[in-house]
Amino acid sequence: MSATAASVAAPRDVRRPGVATVYRWELTKLRYQRRTYLGLGAAALVPILFTLAIHFHHGRRRGDFAFSNYLSRSGLAEPLVILLFGAIWMFPLIVALVAGDIFASEDQNGTLKTIFTRSLERHQIFAGKTLVALTYAVVAILLDGTVAVVAGSLQSGFNSLQSLSGTIVSAPKGLELVYVSLLIYLIPIAAIVCIGLLLSTVTRNSAAAVVGTLMISLLIQLIGILPGLSGLTPYLLSTQFNAWQGLLRTPIDWIPIVRAAWVCALYGVPALFAALVVFLRRDVAGG
Amino acid sequence: MSDAPPIEVRGLVKRYGALTAVAGVDLTVHRGDVYGYLGPNGAGKTTSLRMMLGLIRPDEGSVRLFGSDPQLSVEALDGVAGFVEAPAFYPYMSGRRNLELLAAYDGADATSRIDSALRAVELEGRDADRVGGYSHGMRQRLGIAAALLRNPRLLLLDEPATGLDPAGMRDMRMLIRRLAGEGITVLLSSHLLGEVEEVCNRVAIVRGGRLVYEGEIDAISRGAGRIVYRLATTDDERARRVLEAQPGIGSPTVEHGKLVFTADEASAAELSRSLVEAGALIRELAPQTVTLEDLFFELTEGEQRAGGQDPPGTVEPPPPAPAQVAG
Repeated sequence: MSATAASVAAPRDVRRPGVATVYRWELTKLRYQRRTYLGLGAAALVPILFTLAIHFHHGRRRGDFAFSNYLSRSGLAEPLVILLFGAIWMFPLIVALVAGDIFASEDQNGTLKTIFTRSLERHQIFAGKTLVALTYAVVAILLDGTVAVVAGSLQSGFNSLQSLSGTIVSAPKGLELVYVSLLIYLIPIAAIVCIGLLLSTVTRNSAAAVVGTLMISLLIQLIGILPGLSGLTPYLLSTQFNAWQGLLRTPIDWIPIVRAAWVCALYGVPALFAALVVFLRRDVAGG
Repeated sequence: MSDAPPIEVRGLVKRYGALTAVAGVDLTVHRGDVYGYLGPNGAGKTTSLRMMLGLIRPDEGSVRLFGSDPQLSVEALDGVAGFVEAPAFYPYMSGRRNLELLAAYDGADATSRIDSALRAVELEGRDADRVGGYSHGMRQRLGIAAALLRNPRLLLLDEPATGLDPAGMRDMRMLIRRLAGEGITVLLSSHLLGEVEEVCNRVAIVRGGRLVYEGEIDAISRGAGRIVYRLATTDDERARRVLEAQPGIGSPTVEHGKLVFTADEASAAELSRSLVEAGALIRELAPQTVTLEDLFFELTEGEQRAGGQDPPGTVEPPPPAPAQVAG
């Protein structure tokens, strides 16, 4: 090892890193990780496979299936149908791949001690990572929606969309409704992300956090179908996955959307706060 | 710049349930020190270092780095760098990318030091390789490079030479000496007593989570002015009586058939004449050099020191019964 350029100098410098630095580098780290592409690949591939399935089904003239008329009338229906079927398991799994891993992987790599001894406060690291997990969720949902719109339009055409109330909306208006629906769907997904972050900080194990997040999502769904618990249904997280459907009614039904906002906050905010407390207070004794 | 010492630890305690990892450590590292922090496995060295770096919270006591508490704000780590146990990096990114990330997390002008840090640890040819493919030694060197990014005034290194080949260990010693020569204070935790003896000017020894010795390396070999001698004569019983009567000689004991006692150099010279006059002819009179290794094993294994001499420096008695400890 040769001479180092290090010299003893006053270390105090006004340029300190912040949440934006963490955010930028967490995004960079995601680019290097296989799981990132696994989730985004699934988000992009599912609409393509779905479209191919419709295409071959129609080619063989096998008759109707659920939503087949809806899908054959306009390609804009495809992202909404996928949202309907993938709401409970597919998208929670995709977002949990990052949310469940983002803190736990630092534990498993032993890199928490590396980043905790730099110039960032723990809350800044937490905020940066949380924002990246949410960003990943947004990108995954929008990617899925966009691929579904394109694939569906290629299959069935970029035509006007029939609302759930039976009214017809123009294609541009339908496209707008699709994207706003995706954004509303992001509300419960954000709560899932928060739960994933909590499991990531508490379990310190990526696999446990990812699977645990999905299990919680499915468990809440299960509670919703148990006899005698129907009174709970409006307040279950799984119910909020369908809140976007209020947009597709004429006039728009804001009640499920507004309820989704506060019910999801009830699930997500405490989970996020608990994750923060665990992260701030934890001893980095291993690794 | 603060006049406070680089490290000031008072009454540091860390417990894990019934397990006491660190049991009331006090130490002060002064500017310019290369301070060896020694102890057997599980003595509490790494736990102490983690508390010094703010990674874990002490149950009692305090740590001050240049007068600031690392538990309160990460700003206390300004000018402080190092690693505990093996340095850890993101295995899927290259060495340079890892340093870029850490430099960004350091802020200021840390990014401008990446090339010089890589040169300092001789990794500039492998910086584009993924860290996942690095050997243990390369990771250790990358850990030093990551520390240098912070332009440190204080380096805390936990077993920096562990896993290095002999050439790597020599290079690490040279690097630490060079950094110390540039005015950087270094706290070095190590098992390698030779390494510590060679690079450190002060040393602390921990046992069972307690500090049992703190002092200067030179004082160990000087024996605080008193030297342990081994004596064999033609009449050891008569020699023993001479030793007991001679001023400036510590109480003699018998070890392996030889008389062992402590004396300063002048008293030892005077003793030769007294023995001859008493008719106990000297067959062997040899000073025993006290090494760091002697001191280490005596303090960490609870052995009684030859001649009952107190080790030089600040010594606390070992705990009556070894505490349960964790590393």
